[in-house]
Parts: sequence; C-alpha cells; structure tokens
Amino acid sequence: MTTGDALLRAAAIEESKAAKYAQRKIINRIALALALAAMSFGLFWLFWILIETARLGLEGLTIATLTQMTPPPNDEGGLANAIYGSFLMVMLATCVGAPIGMMAGIYLAEFDTEGWLAHTTRFVNDILLSAPSIVIGLFVYAVLVSTFKTFSGWAGIMALALIVIPVVIRTTENMLQLIPSGLREAAYALGAPKWKVIMSITLKAARAGVVTGVLLAVARIAGETAPLLFTALNNQFWTSSLSEPMASLPVTIFKFAMSPYENWQKLAWAGVFLITLAVLALNILARIITRVR
Amino acid sequence: MNTAVAAKERAKITVKDLNFYYGKFKALKDINLQIPEKKVTAFIGPSGCGKSTLLRVFNRMFELYPEQRAEGEIMLDGENLLTSKKDVALLRAKVGMVFQKPTPFPMSIFENIAFGVKLFENLNSTDMEERVEWALRKAALWDEVKDKLNQNGASLSGGQQQRLCIARGIAIKPEVLLLDEPCSALDPISTAKIEELITELKHDYTVVIVTHNMQQAARCSDYTAYMYLGDLMEFGATEQMFFKPVRKETEDYITGRFG
Repeated sequence: MTTGDALLRAAAIEESKAAKYAQRKIINRIALALALAAMSFGLFWLFWILIETARLGLEGLTIATLTQMTPPPNDEGGLANAIYGSFLMVMLATCVGAPIGMMAGIYLAEFDTEGWLAHTTRFVNDILLSAPSIVIGLFVYAVLVSTFKTFSGWAGIMALALIVIPVVIRTTENMLQLIPSGLREAAYALGAPKWKVIMSITLKAARAGVVTGVLLAVARIAGETAPLLFTALNNQFWTSSLSEPMASLPVTIFKFAMSPYENWQKLAWAGVFLITLAVLALNILARIITRVR
Repeated sequence: MNTAVAAKERAKITVKDLNFYYGKFKALKDINLQIPEKKVTAFIGPSGCGKSTLLRVFNRMFELYPEQRAEGEIMLDGENLLTSKKDVALLRAKVGMVFQKPTPFPMSIFENIAFGVKLFENLNSTDMEERVEWALRKAALWDEVKDKLNQNGASLSGGQQQRLCIARGIAIKPEVLLLDEPCSALDPISTAKIEELITELKHDYTVVIVTHNMQQAARCSDYTAYMYLGDLMEFGATEQMFFKPVRKETEDYITGRFG
C-alpha cells in the first residue's frame, strides 16, 4: 500500500467516525427527551395529588381533628379515635410481622439458599407479596371474625401483619444477599459460630437496608383499607380494647368520603392529608437511614 | 516430587494424597506436601492452578460451600484435620486466615480486633486493651490508629484495612497464618509494610502465603511451591526454586516465559 492510499483510508475512517458520532448524539438527545417526558408525566400527577391533598386537607384540619372523636353527621368532631386506632394496629402489626419476616429472610439468605424449602418459601412469599389486600382481609374475616362472631382490633392486626411479613422477608433476604461473601468468610475464619456471624456481622452490615424494609412495610399498611374493612371494621368511640371493633384512618376516610355530609367529607380530606404526611415522612426517614450507612 | 527438602525442618502441616473437588471438577490432584513450622511457605502458579483452593483446605473454609469436598489427609500436629471430630471453630482459632480483599467488620477498629478474641477468651477490659494494642503493633498499624480506635474499621485506607485484618487474625494467637494474596489490592508502600510484617511473623507463626507476585515470593518466603492446573509441580527451598529449579516448567513460569 502506498502512502497516498494510507492517507485516504485514514481520512475515510475519520469521516465515518464523525458521521457515527453525530448519529449517536441525535439518538442520545431523543432518549434524553423521552426520559424527561416520562419523568415529568409521573411527577405531574404526583404533585397534583400532593397539592390537592394539602389544599383540601388543610381546610378541614384543626386542633379538634386531633383531639375529638369522630362525630355524627353534621356535627363538630375530629379523628382522634381513628388516628389512635391506626397507630395502635399498625404498630402492633409491625411488632408481630417484622420479626417473623426478618427471621424468615435470614433463613433464606443464610441457612438454606438453594434447598426445596427455600424455593417453596420464596414462591409462596412472592404470591403473598402480590396478593390483593382484600383477599387477605376476607381470609382473616373467615378465620377470626366469623369464628369469634365479632370484628376486632386483633383481626385487623393479623390482616396487617400478613401484609408486613412478605415485604420484610423479601427486603431482609435481598439486603443480606448484598453482603459480600468475603465478610462472612472472614468472620468464619476467626472461628466464629454461625449465629454469631449472622448477628454481629452480616445483619449488622445490612442493618440500614433491613430497617428501611420495615419502614416501607409500615408505610404500606398505614394506608391499607380493604384488610381493615373486614376485620377491625370501625368504631365511633375511643377504645383501647383490641377485642372490640376499632376505628382506623383509612376505613374512616372510606366511610366519610362516600357520605353526603359536608363535615364528614372535610374530615376525610384531613385524614387523607395526615396519612400522606405520615407515609411521606416514613419514606424520607427510610431514605435518610439508607444514606447514613 | 521433592518433599525431602523440608525433612530437616519440623513439619507443621503434612498433606498426603489430597484431592479436591468443586462438584465434579477436580481442582487438586494427589497433592503431597510438608509445610515447615515457623517458616514462610509461598504458593505460586498461574490463576486457577489451585493454590487458593489448597489454602482454603487448611482451615476447612471450603466446608461453607456444600458442593466442595476434599479427600485425603492433612495432618496438623499429628491429627488429620479433615476427619477430626473437634469443632471446626477450634481449628480456625489455630489456623488463621487473611483474605485477598480487606474485609473490615462493620464496627470500630477496637471491636474489629476484639471480636475474634472474645470468641475464645474472657478478658477484662485492661487485658483486652493490651491485646488489641499488641495485635495492632504486631501488624504495624498501632501508630496510625491509636488515636481513633473508636472509628469504624471501614474508614481506614485499603492498606490500613488489610493490616487491620492481619492484626485481627493474629490477635487470637493462632499457630498457623494463611495469607491469600494479601497484597494484590495494595499500593507498593503498604505491600512493603506487609512483607516486612510477614518476615517478622515467622518468628512465632507458621505462615503460608499465596501470591501472584514472583518477587514477593522470592523476597519473603523460605519455601516455595509451584502449582499448575491442580498439580503440585515442584516444592523446595525458595532459593533453589528461583536459582536452580528442577523442572523446566517451573523455570519458565518463574522467569516469565510461561505459556
């Protein structure tokens, strides 16, 4: 090949590089524009919901909302019993569901990763994870409510716990699997027994992720209506007895929002606003915890 | 196979007819080897030759993975550790290991060292502080961390983390220390410090080191084993291996004319 040919070839390669680059640049712009459009579409609805909730919710929100019981139609009142009921049931459901979910998650990640029991557990858990919450509500209705012939806080707690468990199992297992096997080996190499490796090393390393999973599960059940509708039902009055029907924010919102009474509708919006705030706060908290690690 | 070289030393670990399998794949083939006590023995060879695998048999680390299995005899102080009925934790307390990647535990520098000690000894806080300082001094890390023992182990640099892992390993006072490419992720200065440390450690410990770095093997080991595709090709005093290897393959590998 002569020098001239080589120069020509080099020029041709340069040209084709420039053309390819221009093409890539256009594709890049299109992809970026599509991604931005998708993002703004999503954010648009999210902000609309937030603004609308805040506008209508703040209108009905007063001190009385937090201190007084749910009123009869066209009367003054608040949501105190519903807030208390929601808080109590969500907290207890988390106390029941989170440890069970964490232990099952630990089992799947540390003890039996490939056995038939693990595969079955994962499969069943996936089904439970995607089961419509109304199915869980009806199940608890059939098992507890119709057996004991009464709606109760306990039944509500059981329904909510059944929603917490699969979420926590999944996140705990995933978070533990992210821990590099080198860390486990290093602990075993010092002669540590298995339980010690899990408790002091892997679980500690995955702590932020596991806690985040629990918080997200709490956020999830805080707004669940269907499982409570068939289990805890509702209560107009303040009660701490878990064997009686118990008020909760989502069910109260459901009842009040569907009613024709204006004061009930206002309270429903206030309740929606409070739940949204609580869920938002939990999500932000989860974010902060994951970042701090 | 030249195992006679080691005969003038007392053997700490004696490997007899060892075969090792990853599932169906045979990774070690009839290994026979004597690791001399209170000396540094280096395993060299190309990637995948089985040197790390052999190291992980010495503390039964492979047992964490159900598809891995070892056949043969490995005598440690007159007992076959593969068939020993003793708890594997006791073996690992006697045969410590440091890995390729530094793995600080998610806790303070002090706790990182104390973790292993607490597993086997009940020390009061003064004794524990002394032990932690002793281990950190041995690992040439004390001066760099003495003012920040409560900081998280992960806050240290890569080289410091690796020395922390070595300190953690010697804090439980093992008799054998297995080092699996301890310097491969480190800069030359940290590597020099760790090599110095290895030379220092052989006064008290039997050290086995896996390395890809030929100069490192030459610098800090007394005996060298050259492995290739699961076979132990040659084993002897490091000087002899590097200046007058018996086999052509060993010479080719050591001089970089491999393959």
